[in-house]
Amino acid sequence: MLTFGTGNKAVAMAVRDAKPVVVAAYPITPQTEIVEEIANFVTEGSLAARYIPVESEHSSMAACIGAAATGVRTFTATSSHGLVYMCEMMHMSAGARLPIVMANANRALGPGWNIGAEHSDSISMRDTGWLQVYVSTVQEAYDATLMAFRIAEHTDVLLPVMINLDGFLLTHITQTFETVEPGDFIPPIATPHAIDINNPGGYGTLTPGNTHFKFRHDIERGMQASIPVIVETEAEFSRRFGREYHLYEEYRCEDADVVIIAMGTLGKEMEVAVDILREEGTRAGAIRMRWFRPFITPELNGKDVVVIDRDYSFGYGGVLAGELQAKSGCQPFSVIAGLGGQEVTYDDIAEFVRIRRPGTEHWFGVDD
Amino acid sequence: MHGVASALHAEPNQYFIIIHVKYLKKRLDTMAIPDEEFLLKTTSACAGCPSSLILRYVTKAAGADTVLVIPACCTSVIQGVYPTTAMNLPVYNVAFASAAAVASGMSEAFRAEGKKTNVICYAGDGGTIDIGIQALSGALERGTDFLYICYDNEAYSNTGMQRSGATPLGAVTTTTPGGKKDHKKDLDAIVAAHNPVYQATACAAYPQDLYNKVEKALSIPGPKFMHILAPCPPGWRFPSEKTVEMGKLAVKAGLWVLYERENGKLTITGASKAAMKKRIPVEDYLSVQGRFRKITAEETAEVQKTVEDTIARLQREVDGIC
Ligand SMILES: Cc1ncc(C[n+]2csc(CCOP(=O)(O)OP(=O)(O)O)c2C)c(N)n1
Ligand code: SF4
Ligand SMILES: [Mg+2]
Repeated sequence: MLTFGTGNKAVAMAVRDAKPVVVAAYPITPQTEIVEEIANFVTEGSLAARYIPVESEHSSMAACIGAAATGVRTFTATSSHGLVYMCEMMHMSAGARLPIVMANANRALGPGWNIGAEHSDSISMRDTGWLQVYVSTVQEAYDATLMAFRIAEHTDVLLPVMINLDGFLLTHITQTFETVEPGDFIPPIATPHAIDINNPGGYGTLTPGNTHFKFRHDIERGMQASIPVIVETEAEFSRRFGREYHLYEEYRCEDADVVIIAMGTLGKEMEVAVDILREEGTRAGAIRMRWFRPFITPELNGKDVVVIDRDYSFGYGGVLAGELQAKSGCQPFSVIAGLGGQEVTYDDIAEFVRIRRPGTEHWFGVDD
Repeated sequence: MHGVASALHAEPNQYFIIIHVKYLKKRLDTMAIPDEEFLLKTTSACAGCPSSLILRYVTKAAGADTVLVIPACCTSVIQGVYPTTAMNLPVYNVAFASAAAVASGMSEAFRAEGKKTNVICYAGDGGTIDIGIQALSGALERGTDFLYICYDNEAYSNTGMQRSGATPLGAVTTTTPGGKKDHKKDLDAIVAAHNPVYQATACAAYPQDLYNKVEKALSIPGPKFMHILAPCPPGWRFPSEKTVEMGKLAVKAGLWVLYERENGKLTITGASKAAMKKRIPVEDYLSVQGRFRKITAEETAEVQKTVEDTIARLQREVDGIC
């Protein structure tokens, strides 16, 4: 059904269509509309879920853990301070191999208080064992949320999935989008290690080092196994519903000499920048990274690379640039831009390409 | 049951029958504790461990259709090491601060699926009174259908006997080497402010009273809370065969009062009925535990005064004048 609404609304509608049994959430700007919409769906009866209005984000993830442990579908949403507040439970949920789905409205962390878009919140959850996908349109927010349930609950994966959408730039903009009838696109959840009263077991008991590492290794196996599951899920999604997604999205890359790489809404702005640069005679292309975990290294084939990070790892550098460099051996021109919702236009992005110096770092608004 | 009920409404000349029936009922209650064990004999608890003693009766009262949610505490260790477990029930081990919130989600999920499975949090005093109090408060306020049990050994025992908000005045712990200068936090008053459907105290030394309360709690839907005193030999510094004795001294001194509060109505239970009237001095309890070796005379007097105040307050509540 064709409708229109914000990124937040699209996420909420996808959750409604995926039919979780338990939703536990705590409000935070700019995610609030997601939880308000879901609370409405539950109240009006269009979603037959239990909505648990917890007292904190630590508890929203804890409640999802408790519910998912019984083998039911769960969802939560958060942002920024809420996400880092639940950090302990991020590790606990992934470690317990619970297929929880969460939307994160990417937002800066204080001090001072800033509610603008930034990826530092989700990037700081990089090593928890959560899958992370970054979306760039309202339609993609809806589609990725639906797909997240199928990917997380796949028995080869059994890891939680976080859908990231840029605060305000996507959570609060209105676009038309199409909802679908998922039908059996998301099969019934069948968590193999769900609590079974008739077969009692200890979960998360003391685990010595000589076993602990096996569980850690298993998480990595789940991560690697998620790649074919994501590919297959995206292919099936496009077969059924007609919209195509890939591990990363390329734009005019075939003959490009220089590619711009970023995640989230910047990934869409880049395409306009590429068109501008092409008109000037620069053979530019763009790669929008969708999946940050598992990390999927794009084909760069010796091209010049400009990476835009809406995040920063202090004492190290832009995280996406660093990871791309480590995995592909490229020497990116690393641009730090858009922190705290700082405005970055396609003209700015085109300029990053023009002034690029491979192997160096450039803070937009500081170094120019 | 019908016989008991009619006998209790009997005429004065039938007193003998009343007493007889009461005695019989008591016998029946004792016999009601099932033989089935859910905490097996393979625990890695210290000798004389109150946590495992309490857990044994809690699980007997709860029965097989039960999931335990356990935050970091001694009981995380007592279960043993993967891949074995000393528990014959599903046990979900969770983060220190998160037990009540995990139980919230679990209970909602079970109820949504039409399952009546008991969800019981079994947490230490630290995991309840300190780091877990926010999650506990939220779960109680939301009317979660669960039973939260705090076994109170009055310190962070798992990490080596550091002070907690439940450590009493004057007690030496590894972070209060000169003796604690602050009073024990009144957890029960905090919980009572949430008006749970059922609230009770119990003590490891009185398993029948404990068993009855767990059984009753689980028969009522909604948020239930129990606070159980757990005299811990290594933490409190007394010989490991004296766990039960220490619990009895606490009750006889009125330092620990056995009661239950149902729909706001307070009832003193078991051995505390006598202690409401006549108590042994608190010194009899303090002097036999190494942790109180540095308590001053003033502090002892303060402890005694706290006991008298608490008893008086509870008596007023029983009498309906508060
Ligand atoms: C977030 C967090 N902080 C600290 C710890 C370390 N820790 C584990 S158990 C424990 C003390 C538990 O005390 P209590 O709840 O009273 O249970 P007991 O050990 O006495 O049975 C502490 C401090 C932890 N596991 N998690
Ligand atoms: S320290 Fe105390 S509560 Fe912990 S296992 Fe030993 S006796 Fe039990
Ligand atoms: Mg303790």
